[in-house]
Amino acid sequence: MLPAVRVEHLGKRYQVGRARGVCTYHTLREQLTGALTRVLRRSRSVAPPEEFWALKDISFDVQPGSVVGIVGPNGAGKSTLLKILSRITRPTTGKVTIAGRVGSLLEVGTGFHPELTGRENIYLNGAILGMTRREIARRFDEIVAFAEVERFLDTPVKRYSSGMYVRLAFAVAAHMEPEVLLVDEVLAVGDAAFQKKCLRRMKDVGQQGRTVLFVSHNMAAVLGLCQRAFLIGQGGVRQEGPAAEVVEAYVRTLASPAGGRIDLRCHPSRAAGAVPLLKELRLRNSRGVATDTYCCGEPLTIELDFQSIRPLDNPHFGIGFDDNMGQRVFSVATYLSPGELPPLHSPRTVRCRIAELSLAPGTYTLSLSAGSASHYLMDNLPNAVALEVTATDFYGNGRLPTADLGQVLVRSRWEVTEEAPREDYEARGRSSSDVVGL
Amino acid sequence: MTCLLVVNLLMTTLTNIQDALTAERPSATADPVASGAASTTVITASGGWQLINVRELWQFRELIYFLVWRDVKVRYKQTVLGAAWAILQPAMMMIVFTIFFSSLAHVPAGDLPYPVFVYAGLLPWTFFANAVSSAGNSVVGSERLISKVYFPRLAVPLAAVGAAVVDFIIAFGLLLVLMLAYGILPGPELLLVPVFFGVILLVAQGVGTLLAALNVAYRDFRYVLPFLIQLWMFATPTVYMQLPEEPTGLAQAALACNPLLALIAAFRAAVLGGPIPWGACAIATVVALGMLFFGCLYFRKVEDSFADII
Repeated sequence: MLPAVRVEHLGKRYQVGRARGVCTYHTLREQLTGALTRVLRRSRSVAPPEEFWALKDISFDVQPGSVVGIVGPNGAGKSTLLKILSRITRPTTGKVTIAGRVGSLLEVGTGFHPELTGRENIYLNGAILGMTRREIARRFDEIVAFAEVERFLDTPVKRYSSGMYVRLAFAVAAHMEPEVLLVDEVLAVGDAAFQKKCLRRMKDVGQQGRTVLFVSHNMAAVLGLCQRAFLIGQGGVRQEGPAAEVVEAYVRTLASPAGGRIDLRCHPSRAAGAVPLLKELRLRNSRGVATDTYCCGEPLTIELDFQSIRPLDNPHFGIGFDDNMGQRVFSVATYLSPGELPPLHSPRTVRCRIAELSLAPGTYTLSLSAGSASHYLMDNLPNAVALEVTATDFYGNGRLPTADLGQVLVRSRWEVTEEAPREDYEARGRSSSDVVGL
Repeated sequence: MTCLLVVNLLMTTLTNIQDALTAERPSATADPVASGAASTTVITASGGWQLINVRELWQFRELIYFLVWRDVKVRYKQTVLGAAWAILQPAMMMIVFTIFFSSLAHVPAGDLPYPVFVYAGLLPWTFFANAVSSAGNSVVGSERLISKVYFPRLAVPLAAVGAAVVDFIIAFGLLLVLMLAYGILPGPELLLVPVFFGVILLVAQGVGTLLAALNVAYRDFRYVLPFLIQLWMFATPTVYMQLPEEPTGLAQAALACNPLLALIAAFRAAVLGGPIPWGACAIATVVALGMLFFGCLYFRKVEDSFADII
């Protein structure tokens, strides 16, 4: 089968600096003076413009009907790739072949005019997105219902609330019917309920047999929508494969060199009057790599470097995990675990192992404390370090955990048994605790 | 009120034409899979100087229509007088010129009443000035659109000139009213008005498209534009006075440089009666086509870089 999108040796070069730039426009005067200098100095002394390859020698195929995620760090060339695919800018080298009508959604509400009414903007925006008037008219009611703006159709959109504006804009875009749809980071609009609706809509589009290329920083959205994914970095395709694998690889690269390794000696969050007992903190994943990004359910090892002028006979350490609202989710501490630590007389590394980080995707901050049995908070660093948890297949059924399920993830097992008499059930319940377990 | 009616009427007419156009080729939209299979997009590095892709522009005709519609709609939103401004602009110029040239300077206008004479010249000129200045700023003004969506970039200056045409048609109504008021009955030459207007439109499109493209790379043209238009007005004496009876060598040179000179004279002659300068019009038409050709060619050459440098 012919691929829906075929990219061959694609490259895009920008010139940065003095000559034709990426985002600088130049005045005639600059050009004239530039020409004059070149004539006077005989081109030798004029520095050649600095080149920058946003994309270099990228090749891949996308099969028709597949929903493909494109992930990668900022500046990796994802948006440039989508801009070339949607023909906004031309490549410097290479070739792209796309079979079928292309629809691109790089921004919601492109071409919306604040003075025009909702009804007028639906037609205008639809035409800009490449829909015919007939198509828009046919889907008009659907669009309005999706956006939930029935009552304000004849109000200029400048009087809309920002939520209404974004809903209307996305609604128009969501009703495009191209064979190949290119989507940039646009789902992060509106409130949570509307975002869910958008994701469902995008899923439907994929299930209708259309080809979708989807760029996003929201890994949960990529995992939820896409079967396959590309990891783009340094202008090229770094990895290609099933979405779950690629996302995991990407999450691993996300951890910056300094990620998960924090110098605590002069840390700004240290409480006033605290004795600096903790020197450094390291967060290590299952493979022992220091990182601040974890998948749901991944093991976490926290290492604390300890140093004290006076020996500590009965040392205690505590770590609290707070969500982004400042709410304590859970705490781990030496005084919350069996056994005791040996006395610490010289610099040591204290290691805390958490078997499974069963937290919903999100950002959490860690508060640290160190001290003795009589004084737990000799050293105290509230909100010392942030930790990112990204969505993975925690439940083992392909459904991704989301924040609205609650912040703590618990696995459960369900089964059906024959209906038993009440007393019998109670008796069995005591003896066989494995009915509902884990 | 009447102006709004006229606008509405125009809009319905445009809509009807559009309906007729879309009805003509139902196969284009009826079966997206069939049409999609045929439409394979190939994207490669820039191809240099290209001619106008008429087929693609035709595919995007609805977008051009909606852009014109938007410009016209938005221009008079939240104004008390609404579309009356389309008439007021040349009408006020007419009053000013009547006072200064006719009453004070006694510029001859042949045997015609001066207000009608000057309005018949100002009308195509106002169209030209509006079309060139809005087309010249159109691409820069559509920055968001250009950096986020693909469509033939020529649609932008085309739509800007299109919106100026709508204004022209409204303002043309006042000319007919003035002629009736002064008892001037148009002759059969009135049928030639669309021809001369068409050539003026070509000049406006050519110059506007060229300036639009230049404006993207060199924002200097944003400041050059109003000055250029003002200068051009003084270089077009037909707007405010009679052409010299016998064109001298110098006048002929001016003619070649400024096609509007002959075209506005011809426009006025077609409306109010009088000798039509056919020879000069032929030269002007050739110049107009040349300007259009060069403008579009340059635009097409640089349009690929718009999204990168805008």
